[in-house]
Amino acid sequence: MTDLFTKVTPELKRRLRHERLFQWMGRSAIFIAIAFLLVMVGTIASMGVGALRQTHIELSVFLDPQELDTARLYDADYGRLVKKALRARFTEVKKRQDKRKLYNLISSQAEFTLRDLVVSRPSLIGQTVKVWFTASDDVDMLIKGNISSSTGNTQRRIDRRETRWINDLIAADQLESRFNSRFFWSGDSREPELAGILSAFAGSAFSLLVCFGLSFPVGIFAAIYLEEFAPKNRWSAFIEVNINNLAAVPSIVFGLLGLAVFLNTFGLPRSSPLVGGMVLALMTLPTIIIASRAALRAVPPSIREAALGIGASRIQTVFHHVAPLALPGMLTGAIVGMARALGETAPLLMIGMVAFVADVPNSIFEPATALPVQIFLWADSPERAFLEKTSAAIIVLLCFLVVMNLSAIILRRKFEKRY
Amino acid sequence: MSPTTKIDLTGPRRSPWPERLIKALLIASSLVAVFVTVGIVFSLLFEAIRFFKIIPIQDFLFGLEWNPQTAIRADQVGAKGEFGAVPLITGTLLISTIAMLIATPLGLASAIYLAEYASSRTRAIVKPLLEILAGIPTVVYGFFAALMIAPLIRLTGTGMGLEVASESALAAGLAMGIMIVPLISSLSDDVINAVPQSLRDASYGLGATQAETIKKVVLPAALPGISGGLLLATSTAIGETMIVVMAAGLAANLTANPLEAVTTITVQIVTLLTGDQEFDSAKTLSAFALGLLLFTLTLLLNIAAQKIVNHYRERYD
Repeated sequence: MTDLFTKVTPELKRRLRHERLFQWMGRSAIFIAIAFLLVMVGTIASMGVGALRQTHIELSVFLDPQELDTARLYDADYGRLVKKALRARFTEVKKRQDKRKLYNLISSQAEFTLRDLVVSRPSLIGQTVKVWFTASDDVDMLIKGNISSSTGNTQRRIDRRETRWINDLIAADQLESRFNSRFFWSGDSREPELAGILSAFAGSAFSLLVCFGLSFPVGIFAAIYLEEFAPKNRWSAFIEVNINNLAAVPSIVFGLLGLAVFLNTFGLPRSSPLVGGMVLALMTLPTIIIASRAALRAVPPSIREAALGIGASRIQTVFHHVAPLALPGMLTGAIVGMARALGETAPLLMIGMVAFVADVPNSIFEPATALPVQIFLWADSPERAFLEKTSAAIIVLLCFLVVMNLSAIILRRKFEKRY
Repeated sequence: MSPTTKIDLTGPRRSPWPERLIKALLIASSLVAVFVTVGIVFSLLFEAIRFFKIIPIQDFLFGLEWNPQTAIRADQVGAKGEFGAVPLITGTLLISTIAMLIATPLGLASAIYLAEYASSRTRAIVKPLLEILAGIPTVVYGFFAALMIAPLIRLTGTGMGLEVASESALAAGLAMGIMIVPLISSLSDDVINAVPQSLRDASYGLGATQAETIKKVVLPAALPGISGGLLLATSTAIGETMIVVMAAGLAANLTANPLEAVTTITVQIVTLLTGDQEFDSAKTLSAFALGLLLFTLTLLLNIAAQKIVNHYRERYD
């Protein structure tokens, strides 16, 4: 007895140590995955937060009546007024090259800001007004500490003199950082300080609208047929295999299909949310069909039998009694599918939704881009300032995804029924 | 003769026309999935065959050089371009292998822990977090890989005296591996949960520890389902586009060194089809040939995965 005990004890110790090690492997695997998630989202969020603020510079502009013809206020040369104001602010700048640097402090948008002001209030002409202008991206980056003013001479985008000007502005309280509403309310731009996500957002919204309008009805109809009417034969098995395979086809292949069929064969407008939505609908279809079939399967047969028993036809049974009960489940599946479609980039690249789109699209036929594509485009831009724009756009995209998925979960919880 | 109402009870009643219309609509909807598959196959085949008329299929499948060019003049040097897909296939496989080497242990270990050890409270917290990881768009992974992972690997590599390309296969593979973890974890979790409790109880009854039970009983029983899941994950890795477009290179190198830059099938499709293009050139058409290759590869993997999973399901239900 004791013999066996002494023989087993060290062995048992080894086995239990092994047991603990095994558990720790599982824990650390989960830890690594979640740590990666937190580091990734955290890094991007901390980089993107800067895009919420934008540096502005105040200048005193003399609205010269000689430059501003009241009859043609819209066409006057406001850029010259802004430049004049800059030269008046920094009188010591004389050389041509330095002047150009001076003008670079302020975004190229400045003349339009001034134009809008003067057009809306012509009574200001002849006065000197203090106007806040958007600073250029280089100034903005310096203020945010993203580029330093002390690195090598050839490398840096802001030299010592420009730094002195900026410090001078700060000392005079003529430079401040404000909430960057333009990021949310304007379209794309080549200038990082002017770029916004509205055009991409509108493109995404239009695409998703088309996607939902096509894939939801077709998806639930297909699910109803397969679940409620289809005879169990080879043909329905074949359809099922097709759906399962479609769910696993790489998204870029759907883009190739859209390019070959929708654009080149049907001649639909390139880069439009219409085609983008159609391609996304094909991708989302399997998700919706699979979720809807599960929802229909969860409706107990007693409901169908009761309806059939009082003389309803099979169509009436399904459309009056079964489908309404399964609708929350179907919607949940649709929302999850839409969320995936919102994050999809590759198929949209294939159908040309990568164009530079500054204007907000007004219909599904106009050229547009989408939020994830905008992220891809900005990530490719060389300007340092686009880095924070990219990160901020990612955060906006993730927020939408969280909202969509949360609403799917709430919908499921609220209507979940146990029969 | 008094008027009589004729009632025919001999055959099944024909349903009224609206019902027949609705049913036809339902059938048509279910056929859309078939049409899409057919559409994919035919559009890819049609364009690929046009490509193979210019470049012979054996040159495409077995050529070792990828250098897609279209001639501006007919007699120009290198006018034909080289369309050998082998470096793209090896590049794709290299990155997918790295991804699977990272994702398989992580995904499997977390699935085992969640299914066998974790309390229901831990599961309730960890599972949604892993689902978030799965729900993050791949363009975000690509951005992170290009911005943080690649420079980090380069820094570490050069610190160790190695030569690392700035767009190394390792960076793209690493990001892709993390992206696939939740896929493997959730598929394996389902399979492990489907293993009947009686098998575990029998093993405990013989005196095995939990780890021994999992390794010697549960995992072997779940193996077919898990390998099906791994095949699906591999197919996802091969078809993944945005991570490699943003983090992998464009140069078609024939190498197995994860520190060098390689390119993949999907990267080349995107590069060939974005920007200016003439539709009938060999360069543009080659994208469809690559698409066909990609579709065939992933389809075979998916069919194999489904076969394995279905076979397994029949055994325990």
